[in-house]
Amino acid sequence: MTTQTVTTRTPPPRRLPSMSVLGPILALVILVIVGALMNSSFLSAGNINNVLSRSAFIGIIAVGMTFVITAGGLDLSVGSMAAFIAGLMILVMNAALPSLGVGVPIILLGMAVALVAGILAGLLNGFFITTLGIEAFIVTLGSMGIYRSLVTWLADGGTLSLDFDLRTFYRPVYFDGILGIAWPIIVFAAVVIVGEILMSRTRFGRHCAATGSNAHVAHYSAVNVDRTRLATYAMLGLLVGVATIMYVPRLGSASASTGVLWELEAIAAVIIGGTVLKGGFGRVWGTVIGVLILGLIDNILNLTDLVSPYLNGAIQGVIIVLAVILQREAKAKG
Amino acid sequence: MSYMKTLLAGTAAIAIAGSAMAQDAETRVIGVSIPAATHGWAGGMNFHAQQAVERLEEVYPQLDFVLSTAPDAGTQVNDIEDMVATRNISALVVLPFESDPLTPPVQAVADSGVWVTVVDRGLSVPGIEDLYVAGDNTGFGRVSGEYMASKMPDGGNIVVLRGIPTTIDNERVAGFEEAIAGSGIEVIDMQHGNWNRDDSFNVMQDFLSKHPQIDAVWASDDDMAVGVLAAIEATDRTDVQFVLGGAGMKEMVQRVMNGDTMIPADVTYPPSMIATAIEMTAVGLTSTAPVSGTFTIGSVLITPENAEQFYYPDSPF
Repeated sequence: MTTQTVTTRTPPPRRLPSMSVLGPILALVILVIVGALMNSSFLSAGNINNVLSRSAFIGIIAVGMTFVITAGGLDLSVGSMAAFIAGLMILVMNAALPSLGVGVPIILLGMAVALVAGILAGLLNGFFITTLGIEAFIVTLGSMGIYRSLVTWLADGGTLSLDFDLRTFYRPVYFDGILGIAWPIIVFAAVVIVGEILMSRTRFGRHCAATGSNAHVAHYSAVNVDRTRLATYAMLGLLVGVATIMYVPRLGSASASTGVLWELEAIAAVIIGGTVLKGGFGRVWGTVIGVLILGLIDNILNLTDLVSPYLNGAIQGVIIVLAVILQREAKAKG
Repeated sequence: MSYMKTLLAGTAAIAIAGSAMAQDAETRVIGVSIPAATHGWAGGMNFHAQQAVERLEEVYPQLDFVLSTAPDAGTQVNDIEDMVATRNISALVVLPFESDPLTPPVQAVADSGVWVTVVDRGLSVPGIEDLYVAGDNTGFGRVSGEYMASKMPDGGNIVVLRGIPTTIDNERVAGFEEAIAGSGIEVIDMQHGNWNRDDSFNVMQDFLSKHPQIDAVWASDDDMAVGVLAAIEATDRTDVQFVLGGAGMKEMVQRVMNGDTMIPADVTYPPSMIATAIEMTAVGLTSTAPVSGTFTIGSVLITPENAEQFYYPDSPF
């Protein structure tokens, strides 16, 4: 049924896979070649590990964002939400330190707080959007401001810092890994694999696409539209929690400037990857390419001296738009 | 939520003002308008402003204070207009969010006969304010550069992290470059870390990949120094001898006090300059001591010897 509804509306992008698939990959390959030519240390294991680790936060969040956007939604609050959850996690862990002491239990407590807070925050967004029927843009714009203010308030305008011994104990979660691959990369990869299977192989993925494509038709096709949407927001919240778990051990602190503009980076990564902004079609692996493109641009600009640092933002903007144009033109030709 | 605090503070101030006015017709009101606590330094500045107001309200029963914090320049203009319209302020202490948008409204306030004290960032047109309590950004860069030069007598390769592209940042870097000229110190790379821990962490990681030999880092800000240190700690590089931050964050001052070799010194750009401005304005309103003119807060080098006097454990910054 769902496939039918998609087919009757517009010719689905799946019909022309080869070129629209090539666009983002081509952009990524070009970027890697440019980077390698500009600096010999670009392809070193250390640099690749660095770039992938720090892209993992946005990456994990962007996988969740792919589902939200595919189901026809949007979430602007993820950056602020990450900052708020990081602040909450730090406060709880510091408060529990006298009773629990430095050890695995307190880390697990912190992680549980992050995951639960993430799911709750996501459900709250989803509740206002689905049950009360308020525009997603407005709801999440509101919660973006709320979480940002809350973390500023919690930190009294300053910075919340994890206890030093606790941070030393927790630190390996960001910096260590297995066989030289850092934990954030491993977690990111796991999230992507689960996300890809969920999106392309399960009923939930098909329901997301159907809901985003045409909510009314999906509704008459026995898809529970509201529940699907609510689930995408809850899942995104959960993934924001996961990203925060990887983020906190890095610097052990959260402040009002944590996670600024993460929401836009995540949305940009999703769109570069070929997911349709107005919903109805999404691909998780494309989002990964989008995340890598964004991460590499920053890295290459830092590694080379060709461009004035004042223009970094402009270069990023041009590459984002180019990556999408490449895709659209390819589609039209295809 | 910071709005709520402001609101509460405002309501409390109004309540106090109401009762005070009943007792004493001569009560005069000082309005204080500052940017909201959106980053570490501003958080410290908010803290010191509140402390100063609390202290002065006790010392001078004939003075009342209205403190408002604004998240952007537009809101700050509204705050100032409200203060003039509804509180009949005798003096205004303002730390402009941005110079250009704040100049006309503050000029209007000054023209109506209200005493105006400007803090840190100057207005676009000179001569509006009665008192200017200025931070010295060029001096901040110069003190940092002189310290670098004295710490590295044989010269060396350093990397520099800059703040958000603004006049403040340009003046600091210009002062720094002037001070290290001819010292043999070479700036091999410069990027914007935007006064942000995460951004500076990323930039420093890339600097470490790019340059095999970095002798020292001018992080130019304590928040950025935190990111830089985390990036260095994550590698097994031993070539970086020290990191020089700036502003005087309490954690960094503490490390200086403890004789940490990676953080051997710090350079102040004290957020407490807002307290200086409020105090001097209060003195001007209540005594015959002249306080008009320009008062420049110099940037001072914090070393293990004098660190204790710059350590405020209660401040959020």
